[in-house]
Amino acid sequence: MAGKIIIDIERCKGCTLCVTVCPNNVISISEKSNSKGYFPAVSTGPNCTGCANCAIVCPDCAIEVYRDKAGSDKIDIKSVNPNKKKVNNLARE
Amino acid sequence: MCGNEAMAESAIQAGLDAYFGYPITPQNEVTAYMSQRMPEEKRVFVQSESELAAINMVFGAAATGKRTMTSSSSPGISLMQEGISYLAAAELPCVIVNVMRGGPGLGNIAPSQGDYFQSVKGGGHGDYHCIVFGPSGVQEFADIMPLAFDLADKYRIPAIILADGILGQMMEPVVIPTNSKLNTQKLKLPKKDWALTGADGRKQNIVRSLWLAEGAIEQHNYDLQAKYRQIEKNETRCEQSDVDDADIIIVAYGICARIARRAAQQAREQGIKVGSIRPITLWPFPSEPISKAADKSPIFLVVEMSCGQMVEDVRLAVAGKTPVVFWGRPGGGIPTVEKILEKIEQLTIKPKK
Amino acid sequence: MQTVFKRTPTLKDCPTHYCPGCGHGIAHRLVCEVIDELGIHGRTIGIAPVGCAVLAYDYFDVDMVEVAHGRAPAVATGMKRTNPDKIVFSYQGDGDLAAIGTAEIIHAAHRAEQLTVVFINNAVFGMTGGQMAPTTMLGQITATTPQGRQADGQGYPLNVSELLAVLPGAIYVERCGLCSPAHIRKAKAALKHAFELQINNAKGLSLVELLSPCPTYWRMTPPDAMLHIQNEMTKVFPLGRLKG
Repeated sequence: MAGKIIIDIERCKGCTLCVTVCPNNVISISEKSNSKGYFPAVSTGPNCTGCANCAIVCPDCAIEVYRDKAGSDKIDIKSVNPNKKKVNNLARE
Repeated sequence: MCGNEAMAESAIQAGLDAYFGYPITPQNEVTAYMSQRMPEEKRVFVQSESELAAINMVFGAAATGKRTMTSSSSPGISLMQEGISYLAAAELPCVIVNVMRGGPGLGNIAPSQGDYFQSVKGGGHGDYHCIVFGPSGVQEFADIMPLAFDLADKYRIPAIILADGILGQMMEPVVIPTNSKLNTQKLKLPKKDWALTGADGRKQNIVRSLWLAEGAIEQHNYDLQAKYRQIEKNETRCEQSDVDDADIIIVAYGICARIARRAAQQAREQGIKVGSIRPITLWPFPSEPISKAADKSPIFLVVEMSCGQMVEDVRLAVAGKTPVVFWGRPGGGIPTVEKILEKIEQLTIKPKK
Repeated sequence: MQTVFKRTPTLKDCPTHYCPGCGHGIAHRLVCEVIDELGIHGRTIGIAPVGCAVLAYDYFDVDMVEVAHGRAPAVATGMKRTNPDKIVFSYQGDGDLAAIGTAEIIHAAHRAEQLTVVFINNAVFGMTGGQMAPTTMLGQITATTPQGRQADGQGYPLNVSELLAVLPGAIYVERCGLCSPAHIRKAKAALKHAFELQINNAKGLSLVELLSPCPTYWRMTPPDAMLHIQNEMTKVFPLGRLKG
């Protein structure tokens, strides 16, 4: 079971809540600040299980979580940089 | 049927969807009447926990595009001022009836006209106006309701009816306007597509009065003022009688105007040329007719059941062209025909210029 | 490849003005997720309070109204009574609901209005600079309790949920915390139940009180604020379902 998170580093305010709730310490705080001057969270660790704790606690809904049942950790989310915002205005379900 | 009930029935006939009120003398007949009739019509009646809550319930119903009103008396209307400022800012149509009583403070429960400033000059915060009516009889009290609702909807503005304890309590034969729904359609009022009805298949609607962006509320004020100029141009109403040859013109509104007119008639019989101007809309105030009448430099006698509030607007309209004299009785005192006649006679002794 | 978590459409895709680690962001998302999951987006009307969440209409993509401070339950009454088919919820902070708006919330419950109230309790007036709120904890330092709140002179933290649970008109009252993923999941379930009651025309008011972190005015880091809720606030504001 492997997971992948996308963090919108522009929207993240560096509150570090996701860092503290991630069971596998996948997330850490970046040294580079975003355009607003916050030091955003970035997904660095390999063993993300896609549990979504980080996304659930994120006050700015800046994290998207994907999971691949086949366990391969190379999750191809259509050329997505793990820390770049993929703006997807999905139509209403 | 007393004034309060006639007004209430007329509001119902004008398509009132929801009434919110709180008990206060001398308008309790309205709340009682509504509590009986509104459920009969399968419409909403809520007795709120305070006038402050009542005006906010009106805000809620108005925000969804419903025809809604509340009624209270002076101290209660004071509690509603913040809500009225919000209603004016958010441009929400509704009707607020103030059956005025003696003030200030708890005052008494006798009739009075001491809330003129509060409603006409805007008792809440910020630059805003509401359309303000001053009916002077039970029939007019009833007739004004459909008009108030229609103008409120037409201009998206609160309408205030300034009645008083006499008007509310007294009984007179009255014909309740029942075809008001027809002429509402005739008016072809603008559709309320701004109303909150659920963003189903459309962009969300927001009813608000907070504009934090730089200069945003300034612009909103200019838009409101443009609307007020429009209303002043189109909706000013007053009644004039025997003004052309008058040496003395009485200016009075509401129940006071009826007493003053009786005195004017008696003075005419004694050969004193007295005319009268009765503002029906207190805002927009009929400054033009008064100013035009002032050109023939009569003496203006303003009679109010207060220490003199509307007199200031008369002075503004007359702009010093001719003297404006005030006489009134505050705190629930009711002017008598004899007293007004006495004032008229005093004014005629002075040599005319 | 399975999407586990993504922004729900009713929560607008824009940055918020809230401070880093503020509970409002979480609460907003939960309410929007519940609205979308219950499919009531098209007939929901939300009421924004006066407080940090006054700009809620910039974030909730449903019909919204912004009302006078504390008067949301009265406005909600006016809306719901005249539009019984609509789902009306008010979103209020502790200054809005427990201070100036106490009469309105108690009487909305007293009249058993069919409303859903989302009550954010972060024990402080946020927007105006961190003053004491009725729910401020004893000893808590705020802009207006520089020496920490003293019972003598400033009274005790106000338990709104307990107060309302006594009223028959309040048919569902629950207090949850936004202080950990598990707590937040529970809070979402409570919110969903509160909205479902209104959808099913349950005769009465439902209120969910959410203990919410305010790192800025608690003068704590966001993670410490979460712990503060778990360890301290729940002592004064016990979590759980108080009614219904």
